[in-house]
Parts: sequence; C-alpha cells; structure tokens
Amino acid sequence: MDDIFQLGGKTFNSRFILGSGKFSLPLVQAVTEQGGAQMITLALRRANAGGQENILDFIPPNVTIIPNTSGARNADEAVRIARLARALGCGDFVKVEIMRDTRYLLPENTETIRATEILAAEGFAVLPYVYPDLAVARALVSAGAAAVMPLGAPIGSNKGLLTRDFIEILVHEVELPIIVDAGIGRPSQACEAMELGCAAVMCNTAVASAGDPAAMSRAFKLAIEAGRAAYLAGPGRVLERGAEASSPLTGFLDD
Amino acid sequence: MTNFDYLPGMQKIESDILPKVHEYMRDFSSENYTEEEVRAALACPAPSIANFSALLSPAAEPLLEEIARAAQTVTRRWHGNNVGLYTPLYLANYCDNHCAYCGFSCHKTITRTKLSMHELRQRAEEIAASGLQEVLVLTGESRSESSVEYIAQAITLLRDYFAVISIEIYPLNCDEYVQLQQVGADYVSVYQETYDPVLYDKLHLEGPKRCYTYRFYAQERALLSGMRGVSFGALLGLGDWRRDIFAAGLHAYFTQRKHPQAEIAFSLPRMRPHSHVTERELMQAMLALRLFMPHAGIAISTRERPQLRDAAVRVAATKMSAGVRTSVDEHNDPQFSIADPRSVAEIHAMLRKNDLQPVYLDYIR
Repeated sequence: MDDIFQLGGKTFNSRFILGSGKFSLPLVQAVTEQGGAQMITLALRRANAGGQENILDFIPPNVTIIPNTSGARNADEAVRIARLARALGCGDFVKVEIMRDTRYLLPENTETIRATEILAAEGFAVLPYVYPDLAVARALVSAGAAAVMPLGAPIGSNKGLLTRDFIEILVHEVELPIIVDAGIGRPSQACEAMELGCAAVMCNTAVASAGDPAAMSRAFKLAIEAGRAAYLAGPGRVLERGAEASSPLTGFLDD
Repeated sequence: MTNFDYLPGMQKIESDILPKVHEYMRDFSSENYTEEEVRAALACPAPSIANFSALLSPAAEPLLEEIARAAQTVTRRWHGNNVGLYTPLYLANYCDNHCAYCGFSCHKTITRTKLSMHELRQRAEEIAASGLQEVLVLTGESRSESSVEYIAQAITLLRDYFAVISIEIYPLNCDEYVQLQQVGADYVSVYQETYDPVLYDKLHLEGPKRCYTYRFYAQERALLSGMRGVSFGALLGLGDWRRDIFAAGLHAYFTQRKHPQAEIAFSLPRMRPHSHVTERELMQAMLALRLFMPHAGIAISTRERPQLRDAAVRVAATKMSAGVRTSVDEHNDPQFSIADPRSVAEIHAMLRKNDLQPVYLDYIR
C-alpha cells in the first residue's frame, strides 16, 4: 500500500521538506531532485527579489512551494506576509515563522498561535514553527493549523533531536502531522524523528552546509524513508536493564 | 563642554550600555593572552566576552588561518552562501563638524552640494537599472543643509525605486527616526569612529559630533523608534584597533541583549590609503566579530582592494557594496577613495564564481 502523506489538502509521496534559504540558486534544483523533495519552503522576502535571478526559476515545477513568513516579528507582520504570498500566486500554504530574537531565531509561540488562527480562518494551510510544547500544540489544533512544526534544536545548529522527548509527546497526543523543523543535522537524526512517528522532516542547514549538498540531500531522503518504514513496521521493544529471563517473578505460580 | 555633555536639543534616553562598555574597556588588555587561551576561545561554541578579547589579541595572529576556517564554518551555518548587495547613495556633502581625519570636514575647501529631487530621481534610476534593491543613503552631517525634512523627502522618492533603504546620517532624536522610519527607512548606521573618549575628544574638534554620548546612543534611539536594524563600527586606524573593535562588539552585544529583535550589523572601514592597520589585522577583527556574534551582518567596504573583499565574503562578510560612488555627483570630491570599482554585474559574477549567492532583497516592508 502506498504511504501517502496528506497535508493541507494535498497528497505527497515524499516526507522530506527542504528549506531554500542557504543555498546558491544553481544548487536548489539538484538538491531538490536528489532528495526527492516535493515541498520546498521559501522566504517570501527572497522571492522575485530583482537582480539577475529569481529563485522560482530554479525550483522544479512539480515541487510545492511553501512560503514562509521569515522576518515577521509579530502576528500582524506574519499575516501581512502570508496574504502577500497568496496575492503573488504562491498558493494557500504558509509556514508561519515569528521571531523576536535575531540572535537565536527562536519562535514566539503566543504570536504564532494568533497568526495561525487568523490565517486558518482565511483558508490558508498553516504550518506553524514552534517550541515543542503540548499546550501550544493543542492551541494550534484549535486555531486550525494543518500541522505542527516543532524545533528539534536551535535553528541552523545541526545538533539533532535535543527536544526528542517533547516531540514524542506531541506525536502521541496531537492529532495533526508533527513535522520536525529546525536543528536536524544528520540523516540518522532525521531517521530517528521518523521512527518516533513524525510525519515529515524539514532540513536546510544540514544539507546546505554539507560538503556535497546534493549527495547529502539524497542521504536524507533515504534516512527519512528508512525511519518511516521502521515506524510503520512497529519497532521492537528495548530492554532498559539488560537481558530478561523468562518470568522469574511469576513463573512458579500455579495455574 | 566635555564630550559627554549633551547639547541643547539632543535627546537623552535612559540606558546603561555606555557605562557597561566603558567598564569592559577599562579592563581590556590584548597583551595578556596566550595561544592556549586563543585555542580555547576557538573551541568555544558560544564565545564569551573574554573569548572575544582573546581572539582580538596579538596571541591570535599566528592562528589566523585556523580562525578563518572556524569563522567560515560559522558564517555558512548562520548565513548560508548568501551575500547581500547594496550601494551607497550620497545626497549631500555639507557638514557641520570638524573631524581631523574626514574628507567632508567643514573646514575642507571642497565643492559642497546636495542633490535636488530631480537629480536624485536620475541617480535612483541609474542605480535601479543595475538591479539593486537596497541603497544606503548618506549625507554629510549637517542639520542645516541636509534637514530631516529633506532626507525624508529623499527617502519618500527612493521608495519608488528600492525595497530597502538604510541611512547613514547624523544622529537623530527618536521623533526624527520615527519620521524617517515612517517614510521608508528601516536600517540605521552610525559609526562611533573611535570608542576611546580621550582620542575622540582630540579628533572631533567642532560641531555636534563632539558629543560622544549622543552619538553612542544613536542605535538605541533608532531601535526605540521602530527601526529594524542598526549597524556599528569604528574607523580602524584612528586609535587602538583592537580596543575599538572590542568596544564596537560590546556596544552591539549589549544593545541586542536589551533589544533582542534588533538586526545587528558591523562595518569595519579602515583608514586608507596609508593605514597602520594591516590587512591581516582587519581580517582578524572581522573574524573575531564573526565568532563573537555569529548572527550579525558584516559589511566589507570598497576602501579595500578586490582580492581582500573577495576573501572577506568567503569567510565572514555577508554584505558588500557594488557599483560604488562616494561623491554626491561626478563633479565633487569623494568622501574617500575606493579601491574596488567593480560594477554590480562584476560583483555578481565574482560571487557566483565563489559559489556564493548574491542577494538583492531580504526584507519585505
């Protein structure tokens, strides 16, 4: 049976979402193709930016563009950018990024919930970037989000799933796709996120800063597929305290 | 007056950043570091103020290549392959200040002029034709000749041509920054020239620029007025460059801790053509700033030769000007001579050749 990923009313075969903000433009096409990515996020502030090139010309035509609200410092700015993206023909997807800290680029959860509520009511498929916080995730469900995108580690850090336990709670408790966003640095970490039951993984820096970005993109594709397959197969148990004898505490009991 | 006294009309804001920076400057001694301490600073994922000092010290000089490699990794991780492009646009060269080192100083016998709105439109059209979307608006520092109203009128006109407008003008009060922000300016550059107050006093002989404190708090007033980003720097070669870069770094660091939403940038103009700050020292300063504040933008000036600028964007700089003219028009003396006359297309091609991405626009207003 095909493992289809449904998001925002569309279906995808790939669970690898690529960021585009740190590449040289000629690399975007190779990285997208090698990674088999069907979704790519794009900072609207970079799109159609004049000069001699347009990033949109480098994105393969079958790939869904997800504009993000990078640069927004509050809900009002994010909403304005999202509406502008839609007016420019970027579709109904929007990844809401609201940051009030330029040093760490950490998300502002409260404003993100507010922006999600406004944009979802206007028919956007909203993908909010947040801390992995269960109360926030539940509020985003109520606000009409299409998915929740918790950070695995500080953005651009390549440190992996530092928030693993909290993401796992979201996977168990929230009935929306959980897509790990910032922080994934290695394919093995992407695989681990998928094994946990995350619906997809998004990467940018890990691929852009690799020695061979296109080859790393392919490695991520394979890791995400492996992790997804393992999740669907149902991973075996883990014994925390060594080997387990057969029923030493209860085996002697009479029937 | 001392250079800490405000002149009438200068707005005073409540802030503790200046005493903090001066306290650290008092304890700063670049001579006391060892190679081991520099290596420890390099190994630190989030360099402290002490680590920053070590990276600026003479002990770091033999490790420059190693520091450059570390800085390059940090630059690529935080900024990707992106290099922002812009050009300066001089509106006027009138100045009310007598600064001992400046080509626009009020006692220099240069031809003074300012662009009419008609001339400005022509210049804007020329620049826009190159594909640039960002301009840095400069004036000499003369309130009487280049009034806030004149600058506001110019910015309003420029908004028809450019998406991003930065200003490098005389320091303003908050209500004036608000006025310029509302018509289209978003980023403010003010350079302290030197953070050494005694030297500052000796070099700034007349005019409102004599007030060190009012200049020092310009960035904070700009941020309080809704500007998105501010730029810091010192003119390298006026004083002890290590101390000045240390102070500029801390000025930015403490400003951002107080205003975390601020976009922070640095510029490192070097006195040219005869500077006692070498290219290696300029590079060391840039690398130390990159490691101390990984997220900050760093601009590399056309005062520097192409080879140095190209190397800078490969390791630490994230912004460069192109197609530069440092005079108001072709009939005037430039503020400083440029060593890199390359056009926008030439800079674009150079970046491409180095697998870097020219970025013309990175902001939606």
